[in-house]
Amino acid sequence: MAEPGMSQPGMSQPGMSQPGMSQPGMSQTGMSQTGMSQPGIVVIGAGPAGIRAAARLAEAGLCPVLIEEGERDGGQIYRRQPPNFSRPPEALYGAEAAKATALHRDFEALRERIDYRPGTLAWAIRDQAVLTVRGARTESLPFRALIIAAGATDRIMPVPGWTLPGVYSLGGAQIALKAQACAIGARPVFMGTGPLLYLVAWQYAKAGVAVQAVLDTTPFATRLAALRDLAARPSVLLRGMRYVLALRRRGIRLATGITPVAVEGEGGIVALRWRDKAGAEQRSECDAVGLGYGLRSETQLADLAKCRFAYDPVARQWLPELDEDGRSSVAGVYLAGDGAMVRGADAAELAGRLAACAALADLGQPPPATEIADLRRALRPMNRFRRGLEAGFPWPAQLAAGLPDETIVCRCEAITAGELRRAATDLDAPEVNRAKAFSRVGMGRCQGRMCGLAGAEIFAAARGVPIEEAGRLRGAAPVKPLPMIEEPGP
Amino acid sequence: MSAAVSTILHAAGETAADVVIVGGGIMGAATAFFLRQRGLSVVMLERDMVGQHASGVNFGNVRRQGRFLPQLPLANRSREIWGRLPELIGEDAEFLPTGHLRVAFRPEDVAKQEQYARDARAYGLDLELLSGNALRARFPFVSPEAMAGSFSPLDGHANPRLAAPAFGRAARRAGAIVHEGAEVVSIAKGAEDFRVETKGGGRFRAPNVQVSAGAWARAFVNAFGEEVPLRPIGPQMGVTEPAPYRIAPVLGITTSVPEETVYARQVARGNIVFGGSVRGPASLETRRATLDPLNTLRQRRYVARLLPAVTKLRIIRTWSGVEGYMDDDIPVMGPSARVPGLFYAFGFCGHGFQLGPGVGATMAELIATGSPGVPIDPFHITRFKGAPTTKETPP
Amino acid sequence: MAGQFQRVDERNRSTVRLEIDRVPVTALAGDTLMVAILTNTGQLRASEFGDGARAGFCLMGACQDCWVWNEEGERLRACSTTVAEGMRILTREAPWPSPA
Repeated sequence: MAEPGMSQPGMSQPGMSQPGMSQPGMSQTGMSQTGMSQPGIVVIGAGPAGIRAAARLAEAGLCPVLIEEGERDGGQIYRRQPPNFSRPPEALYGAEAAKATALHRDFEALRERIDYRPGTLAWAIRDQAVLTVRGARTESLPFRALIIAAGATDRIMPVPGWTLPGVYSLGGAQIALKAQACAIGARPVFMGTGPLLYLVAWQYAKAGVAVQAVLDTTPFATRLAALRDLAARPSVLLRGMRYVLALRRRGIRLATGITPVAVEGEGGIVALRWRDKAGAEQRSECDAVGLGYGLRSETQLADLAKCRFAYDPVARQWLPELDEDGRSSVAGVYLAGDGAMVRGADAAELAGRLAACAALADLGQPPPATEIADLRRALRPMNRFRRGLEAGFPWPAQLAAGLPDETIVCRCEAITAGELRRAATDLDAPEVNRAKAFSRVGMGRCQGRMCGLAGAEIFAAARGVPIEEAGRLRGAAPVKPLPMIEEPGP
Repeated sequence: MSAAVSTILHAAGETAADVVIVGGGIMGAATAFFLRQRGLSVVMLERDMVGQHASGVNFGNVRRQGRFLPQLPLANRSREIWGRLPELIGEDAEFLPTGHLRVAFRPEDVAKQEQYARDARAYGLDLELLSGNALRARFPFVSPEAMAGSFSPLDGHANPRLAAPAFGRAARRAGAIVHEGAEVVSIAKGAEDFRVETKGGGRFRAPNVQVSAGAWARAFVNAFGEEVPLRPIGPQMGVTEPAPYRIAPVLGITTSVPEETVYARQVARGNIVFGGSVRGPASLETRRATLDPLNTLRQRRYVARLLPAVTKLRIIRTWSGVEGYMDDDIPVMGPSARVPGLFYAFGFCGHGFQLGPGVGATMAELIATGSPGVPIDPFHITRFKGAPTTKETPP
Repeated sequence: MAGQFQRVDERNRSTVRLEIDRVPVTALAGDTLMVAILTNTGQLRASEFGDGARAGFCLMGACQDCWVWNEEGERLRACSTTVAEGMRILTREAPWPSPA
């Protein structure tokens, strides 16, 4: 492991004030801080956005700290397989192989020029400093500028039986294949909606897995109506259509406008029950289910940085308020990539670079005006495409109201929809934090990552209020389970 | 909404009652409930949500041992009520009488435990003293360094997120008017009644007012020409992931060193809740207390000394909240020294959760009959006559 | 029980030996602990709340539903831990509180 802090993160700027460094009892939180005189520039997340942000900062002569929770760079989309694996990039990333390879190559060239810290979790933010942990070692990294590129996870609507062994998120199903050359089962069904549904099903089929069915909650007509916005990125749209055709050619059952009913099994999965668009119940035998309804931004760190959030009607999620370049409501804190707004990997690369440009401008090292203008222009079709994705593959909020009371919503704490509804109605919780206090939904290990959005929909439906009135689950440190470590000595 | 009680008058947009309670934490909510049991009409005005602040974020200790001795009659009364919550308010707030164990690591602290056990017996609190070997035989999970322990078999713990709201709902079912989101902006004493106004323009009238506004009580006290050294402080709390439920008693430490003062309990679902050692700032203005995540690390050494196995688990959540502390670590409870009909119950210094039900019963008895039923003289506001003004919020 | 996960490629790696619930099994170098377990059996852990077995969900360190115990009483997040020779994993019992 490198000796972090031997190199000063960021470029020294004598005379600048040092927020967060001079308060009594608050500095000297790690050996690495000893003698450090200047807060640095910190980027969280080594996916497409974080890598491009760090690269742009390095181009400007800075040496940012890049924190990555995983052991390897690339994020989830361009996640790299272990070093002793041998599949070529085309096998892993398909049509995106060139982009993935370019990002990995650029990162290899970059990593010696920055303070890169893989396997490191940013678990809290306090007083202009990021607290990190790797193994049993914790550190406090004061920052002048912080770019959060925390990525996204699957957006999940529970279904009865979804906690059974063999049910995985679509993203999880893809990671099993991409990073471990494994399928989640021998005969999987994929259910949900979104581009990932068809991509993962196609990747599995191509890998020789006997995909049983691909079930989309979105009616076909809804997708057609969104074509105009989806056509903002014609090549992406065409690729999606090709996956559908390829699946159909292989004789895999495809259905749209479906309603999930239940995953059947005991200990393991035997079938998925669903209703077709005509309302008739269907049963697909399978031994695994991949489940997901688009993506949701990882916003916990922005919350801990005290960024202001606003309800985003497109994503039906509370998101940090950002300007066009990625500045949050907190000076010196920037967001980029899917963790700011789900627009996909191409947009993430642009937004990462743009957020770095914004940070540079605010630090007194303004980049060329044309660069910022070009990046903004390149991002505009991505915004339109995002609207098209949300319209063409909508989050099935309407399913929340129909979930049986016995359905587990919060898998960490095994809390059911019925218990959440009781908190919302009998116990009269007016918003989701109160409902969490009463029912424990969102209180477990994952801090509401998996259940937060669906829980809010169930809550809103139970109280008969619009989703934006359900409120937003407040974040708390640690953003992920933290080992019982001691504060490092001076 | 609840049905108003017939004795409450509605005239000219003003709601009249026998008692207006300002502040709906566990003190106010329990008082409202027990006042209804005595047949008095009640309006409770809570600025945020019932039990949201100190009552909802505390450790959840239902502990008598270790308390200021003159507080034990009140604590005993409260403990008796905790055992009857289902019949009284229809739910148990996850109260578990698992016992409370305090361990000592130094000879002088062992001596302190022995002295306290002797003194507490006179108040009806029987404690079992355990030497090192007996302690480890009975509670194998405690630190091998512990020299002795004092076990209070009938104490226990409960869920603070549930208790005060449960009292609030029970009070409402019993006919109390409970307003949440009702910030009191003024309390004025007229010839006979108090007139209370809320920010939203609500107007209330009653011959009795109880201020149970926790850390925010001082402004109301000052308005009636009295002074208290009350300041807001944020407890630093954390909880681990669940593990098999194998630690029954609530755990604490007997020590005179503040940093060593930590506490831990395992809830029946398996998580270990812990806190202590350090305190954080709290803001009356924002009504929030931000936990300093470094404090979670600072607590580790002391929590691990108490319960070594906790270090194998991961911390999944931390929190703080706004608690009101008095300079002498003793609450303010009883009648105002200056204004007839004005009553106080606030400033419980982070140890009010266990007392809450008893405080409610006692304040209700005091307001209804003029006599509290258990001795509360040591908590009267009169003890601060000529006292220095309040300290600044510590860091 | 048969494994939940199915290998589809990358089978030519050296093997790693470990124990799952005291039964010796083999995995491949570079496997995550999750893959090492789930190519051999059908569950990773039991829910603490009596609702049955779990086998992870997100595979990217977000859902926290794949924490397992080893026999030393330590916690490992199976999806983000690389398997190592000699690991002794428990998926059905929790050795807690372990002997001090």
